[in-house]
Amino acid sequence: MSESLLEVRELHAGYGSIEVLRGISLHVAAGEIVSLIGSNGAGKSTTLMSISQVVEPWRGDVRFRGESIIGLRPDEVIRRGLVQVPEGRRVFPRMTVLENLTIGAFLRDDAAEIAQDLHKVYELFSVLKDRSSQYAGTLSGGEQQMLAIGRALMSKPRLLMMDEPSMGIAPILVTRIFSAIRQLNSEGLTVLLVEQNARAALGLSTRGYVLETGSVGFGGPSSELLSDPRIRSAYLGE
Amino acid sequence: MLDYQVFLQQLITGLSNGMIIALIAIGYTMVYGIIELINFAHGDVFMLGAFLALTLLGALGMEAWGPTGQVFGVLLMLIGSAVFCGGLNWSLDRLAYRALRKSSKLSLLVSAIGCSFVCMNLGLFWGGVPMKVFADGNSAAAPKDFPAIIPQINLLGDGFLRITPADLLVFAVTIPLMVALTFMVKRTRLGRAMRAVAQDPTAASLMGIPVDRVIGATFFIGGALGGFASVIYSLYNNTIGFQMGTRAGLDAFTAAVLGGIGSLPGAVLGGLTIGCVRSMSDQYLETRWTNTIVFCILVLILIFRPSGLLGSNRREKV
Repeated sequence: MSESLLEVRELHAGYGSIEVLRGISLHVAAGEIVSLIGSNGAGKSTTLMSISQVVEPWRGDVRFRGESIIGLRPDEVIRRGLVQVPEGRRVFPRMTVLENLTIGAFLRDDAAEIAQDLHKVYELFSVLKDRSSQYAGTLSGGEQQMLAIGRALMSKPRLLMMDEPSMGIAPILVTRIFSAIRQLNSEGLTVLLVEQNARAALGLSTRGYVLETGSVGFGGPSSELLSDPRIRSAYLGE
Repeated sequence: MLDYQVFLQQLITGLSNGMIIALIAIGYTMVYGIIELINFAHGDVFMLGAFLALTLLGALGMEAWGPTGQVFGVLLMLIGSAVFCGGLNWSLDRLAYRALRKSSKLSLLVSAIGCSFVCMNLGLFWGGVPMKVFADGNSAAAPKDFPAIIPQINLLGDGFLRITPADLLVFAVTIPLMVALTFMVKRTRLGRAMRAVAQDPTAASLMGIPVDRVIGATFFIGGALGGFASVIYSLYNNTIGFQMGTRAGLDAFTAAVLGGIGSLPGAVLGGLTIGCVRSMSDQYLETRWTNTIVFCILVLILIFRPSGLLGSNRREKV
């Protein structure tokens, strides 16, 4: 797997004395959309948090662009281009849309390019431009999700990890957001997509992994997973 | 003196003291805003700032300096105490609070009370330093006279109100600081980072904001404002003591809660209100009732409007 952009090997992590991740292994190659599906409590968010080094991994390795990032500070991980759109959007409610986007570029000092990237985000989600001076807390859930993605894009990611971008959002906006993800991917962004909405995620991704109580149950090309009887019964409700 | 003359005079005193209280209250409210801690040591950091100012004044013999020299001396004390109190407050966070970030809020609060005792006792020892300004260290606990190097003249001549250079100094120091702070919080990169950490520390760290450093910077700035306040307080009131942090701290804490804890304009409004309530109570009731009245305000606010005058408890859409 020398071409892997992100490689997670036997990752263990948890909170207090409770082990949540019991040896996660997965990899994402440059240019891919990879989905990570699983039910509530399987450890999807913990996986992303420990890749981002916000939750300190207990054991195992996370390699990004060939280098281990275990023990780095979260800001150092972001500087390398590994960025997360957190579950539940977590925009800053009492800051304007524009301020939220500016915070996304916190670690950058290339003003000219930041302005270009802001322009690109506004092109991708024009509603953010219309509401740029509005408080983020006044946006709808779908708009907040767009803002969360836009904010992450402002940090110039190579790989964007998205945690449940469809959660609690009107179906029409989910379609809008998923098509934006496809567009970003076609422009060269690699995506690791964590979803409970397995059908939508596998429809978008090239490959997928199924997370079952702290470890990767199985994985494969998305088309195969979509027709796998285990997945059809457990995650697609058939 | 005429009735309304007395009233206006008390108003001037109240507003001057209120601005000082407001500057201390901002330190409480900033730290509360970012980590939800009432930093009980803040008042005692303020007290140590006053001790440093008196030490500088005594060691450099500022009393003997000419008028121009004394202007320079005031600046020196302001900067010295601000840097000292900022650094001290930063150190408290680094040494005592940072390790407890993930612990319960109660552990943090108890730790802050402990820091308050430590600082207060440092002040008690400091008062025993054998220097002339500390009465040769003969009575460490006794209140110390802070020389009135700002001339006590009435700028209005024999006008019917008395406004002294000390009154002007209070406003000349506090107003620019508050304007600068507001600009910093609203417009600068650090200010945005502070607000982001206050609203959602995890999301802030996911955006690459070094959360601990931003919290440290908040402690430094809050402490530094307390340092500025300590010098103008000393020059305005001319008495300092190792227990002064308790009362000033409780006045400022009440001001912060009254205005709405976490709100900067609230802290200023609360400070001015408490300053005026104090001076009116001193004048029209009795001095011994003043503290009681301030604490009744605190209790009433906590019961009937815990979010304060300008604090908001409106919920964000999620």
